[in-house]
Amino acid sequence: MSERQTIFDLSRPGRRASAAPACDVPARDIDDLIPSDRQRREPARLPEVAEIDLVRHYTHLSTLNYGVDTGPYPLGSCTMKYNPRINERACSLEGFRGLHPYQSEEHVQGALLLMKRLENWLAEIAGLRAATLQPAAGAHGELTGLLLMRAYHDAQGRSPGTVIIPDSAHGTNPASVVLAGYKVLAIQSDERGGVDIGALRAMVDDDIAGLMLTNPNTLGLFDPNIVEIARLVHEAGGLLYYDGANANAVLGRSRPGDMGFDIVHFNAHKTFSTPHGGGGPGAGPVAVRDILEPFLPIPVIVGEAGDAEAGLGDSGAVPADSGAGDPAEAGRLRFDWDRPQSIGRMRTFYGNFGVLVRAYAYIRGLGAEGLKRVSDMAVLNANYLLEGMREFFDVPYDRRCMHEFVVSGEPLREHGVKTLDVAKRLLDYGVHPPTIYFPLIVPEALMVEPTETESRESLDRIIEIMRTVVEEARTQPELLLEAPHSTPVRRLDEVRAVRKPVLRARVEPEGSG
Amino acid sequence: MPHSQEDVRAMLSSVGAASLDELFADVPEQVRLDRPLDLPAGLSEAELAAEMTSLAACNVPGSELVSFLGAGVYDHYVPAVIDALVSRSEFMTAYTPYQPERSQGVLQSIFEYQTAICELTGLDVSNASLYDGGTAVAESAFLASAKTRRTGIVVSTGVHPEYRQVLHTESYGCAPQGCGGNVIEVPCDGGLTSVDALRDAVDDQTAAVIVQTPSFFGGLEHMDQAAAVAHDAGALFVAVCDPLSLGVLQPPAAYGADVAVGDGQPLGQPMSFGGPHLGFMAVRGDLVRMMPGRLVGETVDAEGQCGYVLTFQTREQHIRREKATSNICSNQALNALAALVYLGWLGKQGLPDLALLCARKADYLRERLLALPGVEPYTVGAVFREFAIRLPLPAAEVVRALEPQGFLAGLDAGRFYEGLDDVLLIAVTERRTKAQMDAFVAALARHLDAGGGAA
Repeated sequence: MSERQTIFDLSRPGRRASAAPACDVPARDIDDLIPSDRQRREPARLPEVAEIDLVRHYTHLSTLNYGVDTGPYPLGSCTMKYNPRINERACSLEGFRGLHPYQSEEHVQGALLLMKRLENWLAEIAGLRAATLQPAAGAHGELTGLLLMRAYHDAQGRSPGTVIIPDSAHGTNPASVVLAGYKVLAIQSDERGGVDIGALRAMVDDDIAGLMLTNPNTLGLFDPNIVEIARLVHEAGGLLYYDGANANAVLGRSRPGDMGFDIVHFNAHKTFSTPHGGGGPGAGPVAVRDILEPFLPIPVIVGEAGDAEAGLGDSGAVPADSGAGDPAEAGRLRFDWDRPQSIGRMRTFYGNFGVLVRAYAYIRGLGAEGLKRVSDMAVLNANYLLEGMREFFDVPYDRRCMHEFVVSGEPLREHGVKTLDVAKRLLDYGVHPPTIYFPLIVPEALMVEPTETESRESLDRIIEIMRTVVEEARTQPELLLEAPHSTPVRRLDEVRAVRKPVLRARVEPEGSG
Repeated sequence: MPHSQEDVRAMLSSVGAASLDELFADVPEQVRLDRPLDLPAGLSEAELAAEMTSLAACNVPGSELVSFLGAGVYDHYVPAVIDALVSRSEFMTAYTPYQPERSQGVLQSIFEYQTAICELTGLDVSNASLYDGGTAVAESAFLASAKTRRTGIVVSTGVHPEYRQVLHTESYGCAPQGCGGNVIEVPCDGGLTSVDALRDAVDDQTAAVIVQTPSFFGGLEHMDQAAAVAHDAGALFVAVCDPLSLGVLQPPAAYGADVAVGDGQPLGQPMSFGGPHLGFMAVRGDLVRMMPGRLVGETVDAEGQCGYVLTFQTREQHIRREKATSNICSNQALNALAALVYLGWLGKQGLPDLALLCARKADYLRERLLALPGVEPYTVGAVFREFAIRLPLPAAEVVRALEPQGFLAGLDAGRFYEGLDDVLLIAVTERRTKAQMDAFVAALARHLDAGGGAA
């Protein structure tokens, strides 16, 4: 069996992919420039390769990977939708990618207009007042929102200590709550998969800072009691936080702000189609109700000539006929740093700007009607897939689902097959498996989110593959237990990776040269 | 979206719904949106392309000017091979590698990235990336607090002002780690941190001492002395560093850093108005279980073949929930891949060559500028590719005056530091030619000659 080669294995002394530009200033000796006690003695052992080595190596690695462009990717709560290529072209325009964050405001009016509009659009989609684009990812948005919550309570002279989270919540929720200095209070789900109202009633008191909720939740179910939930939390003095991981279900259908939420984060890399990039970069913009606006991170973009002149319309959204911004026509925009109640700064500069450009292009291309159709088709696809899969799996919360649903592989246990084995076997059929073992409240869970991207034929194919795999589980379970068979590597030993950790490659192997 | 009207009709019928509206029956009447979202109407791709081009045209990209702006984001050349490889859709459109058997591409590239960061810093373990330099500094403070069970953070004001702002903000709520509000700042006059002031600031509650080299003003800090102060107090020493500078400057492990963090923008990332870039973090081996973020490890598959997996996941939020070392989930994986390709493109000899070239160019410009009447040094001693000077005029005015001539003169330090309104921070990358620098010096000389205001 041939060993996998790393780029370091390909290294040969003296080889290089690039030459430095010629030195057109006096070529002073390094000892005249850097004091010897602060100089590096040995160069870092970076690979020594030609450009073709780089290209072939990483092209080869890419073929070991699987993306939305490769095939269906129904990974629950991750919204693996198609990433339109026009958005990539847009963010590569030199007028965006060549901007330095400390250029004068005169030089960046197009960027400010794009960001201001995007803030306003996100606020409109959320049904709230204002937004910040600073957070770099969903979890970072959560921390931002929770610090806003904390600042709000502080300003009221209150210091409640607890945030309620359902037992079906994403793991980032409790982790963010702790980072924000709160204690986590878990609330169980009722038999229909929603927040248990009776339990909530017993739980709310004046120590409750707020409640974090995904709606539809991680079971793909819309909580029909949302108005009552909001009332209970607000009456206790708490705020409602909306984890927008599942916002792809409700665009233009229902707005978190109208449901009673005060703080919303969106995942640009889920709902607004920016590429996931193998784990990032994302963006986690946060929208808030008016009472929280003073606490938003700095800087805030403001229009010197007023929002209306900035092409933003009376309602705070961009009027339908607004074209691209001529800054002179639009009114000058600037950064406002003087926000005495602001929580401060969540990251450097203005967020993952290149990601925000893509999100802008996505929303602008689709418009109100297109966004609503996104959710309609996402929900239709999920229900269609659920209908096809219910034959082979348990459906623990058997209701109409929203954009995703959860089934249980429990019935396969009698054949000695676990959900993990099903997932690994799906890889052999060229489908990325759903999210597995989540949410934690469903045994042997498979969490399935087809998104609006998949066609009817693609969904039919997924159903047929599921049928085949479940049939195999009954008749040839070892096929699943030993899966995957056709992937670049077979099932990997994760325990060994912890017991005998190897976290970096060998460099300068013997025999090089 | 692929659905035809016929598809929608057939699919509705197979799920037993009469209409799309019926699919949303669980949404209570009172929270349904009964009007269209107040957004502009959609555009065709051709129209959208035109709008994006026209918005971009409202900007003046610094990359096309003679730019001396740095301060954490640098106008280095980005090689074509990065875009070509990073835009491979198998990388770009994949999610976090939770199914390792079909994610070996991302996993191996992260493993190689971790290796490259370890080689640069001399430390034992690198994670798979954090958001940026600012959040990496904040995470290093949380890590140190967890490790030492102490609450105090001592940070030099030579650490990028925005990194410190992020540290202050993110530690605001941080009760369990206990570093909320307990951040002490130590002066960095002339771009070098006072080691005596560091010693005065630390005590038996100090979890970490955080110093940046080159400092925000470009000064080459005495990191060994700062590390000794931290270690004498039983605290961790966190080095904030510019990865490109490590081509010529001592690696953090050599001066005793326990943790090295920084922003990876100089490694082949377009400036992109400040993001997306990446934060990096490398630590001593014994700190691995406190590391935030993802880690990739090597293992074997069922046939004994080498492969890669996410490892030590019990540190992470999706397993440990409220007991996780951090809440981070999405990171900057694609940016880490770009950084890795860049480091391979430069290679073992290319990195020191490029770093030395930047240092020579910065030295040339610094000498020329300091020869101008009324211009004084601010940054003391040697520098890498960035330095600060004192001007006889407010720096903001000079920046404004030279802008119409196509120069981005640098950063007005008064923007972040009280009393430094006359200090200009100047960065020089390999993209600046001698001719451009000479023209810049001449333009500044003319402006100063005219007593300012004339431009």
